[in-house]
Amino acid sequence: MARVVVDVMLKSEILDPQGEAVLGALPRLGVNNVKSVRIGKRVEIEFDDAKAESERSDDSVTDIEEQSQIIADQLLANPVIENFTVSVLDGNAA
Amino acid sequence: MSARIGIVTFPGSLDDRDAARAVRLGGAEPVWLWHDEAVLRSVDAVFLPGGFSYGDALRCGAIARFSEVMGLVRDAAARGLPVIGVCNGFQVLCESHLLPGALVRNAHLRYRNRPARLRVESTATAWTSAYTPGAEVVFPAKHGEGRYVADEATLDRLEANGQVVFRYLDNPNGAMRDIAGIANEAGNVVGLMPHPEHAVEALTGPSTDGLGVVASVLAHLSEGAKR
Repeated sequence: MARVVVDVMLKSEILDPQGEAVLGALPRLGVNNVKSVRIGKRVEIEFDDAKAESERSDDSVTDIEEQSQIIADQLLANPVIENFTVSVLDGNAA
Repeated sequence: MSARIGIVTFPGSLDDRDAARAVRLGGAEPVWLWHDEAVLRSVDAVFLPGGFSYGDALRCGAIARFSEVMGLVRDAAARGLPVIGVCNGFQVLCESHLLPGALVRNAHLRYRNRPARLRVESTATAWTSAYTPGAEVVFPAKHGEGRYVADEATLDRLEANGQVVFRYLDNPNGAMRDIAGIANEAGNVVGLMPHPEHAVEALTGPSTDGLGVVASVLAHLSEGAKR
């Protein structure tokens, strides 16, 4: 079973007001030595190996890594404002 | 025969009825378009209304982009069909790459709900030709994710091409260069955060300035018919 984790982060030049709000709350915890907080998203994807097998055809994208790149680039992240990284956890089991 | 303006309803759209009402008050015929519509039903223009399509899941407008109707809208826009997106509709247009840039969380993190004063920066679009250049208009703004962002090169290109259509006089969300609304290069696709469809009657709106948007597209369409 192939599991993939996609991490999506706002680009560094894009203001992250959520991170700023968290940063502003930290002194109330007694923490005063934090310089910056940035908040992103972690997306966990689980591929269905059986389905990949039965629907395989020559033109469909079946490589898990390649599929994950497409999913991340075209849906999970908006490249205008966000960067992403794709990590395949359990390899290409299918 | 009055012009047919399609109003798209996604799951979670809120302002589709007000948009239809504004279209009717402006002298056009509203035509309901469902998100999984297979044809555009011979409309002359399309209005993407505000709301929270697909619950704003992932990012505002990110899921709506993959709806059936947006495939049709994208093809028709490429052929010159006038398309306007307001609020969530603007977010859908950016996510669909019909307009550059993106709309992100307001800088102050608060939902902002009050009339916004805007300057009409470009009257060279299908949706703003009836305004006087530089005119000040008041449309209600109501959004939590309305801060327009794009990289500097894109912003410079928008400014140079006259694609900045509406600019805030009192920036309510931290939008770059006070941008409230933009157009594509051809001028047939326009997106803006504040709501012209809520500014069409003295009883319920802060102005009736929004009627100019409908008047503009009607003028644009009749000009096209004469050619």
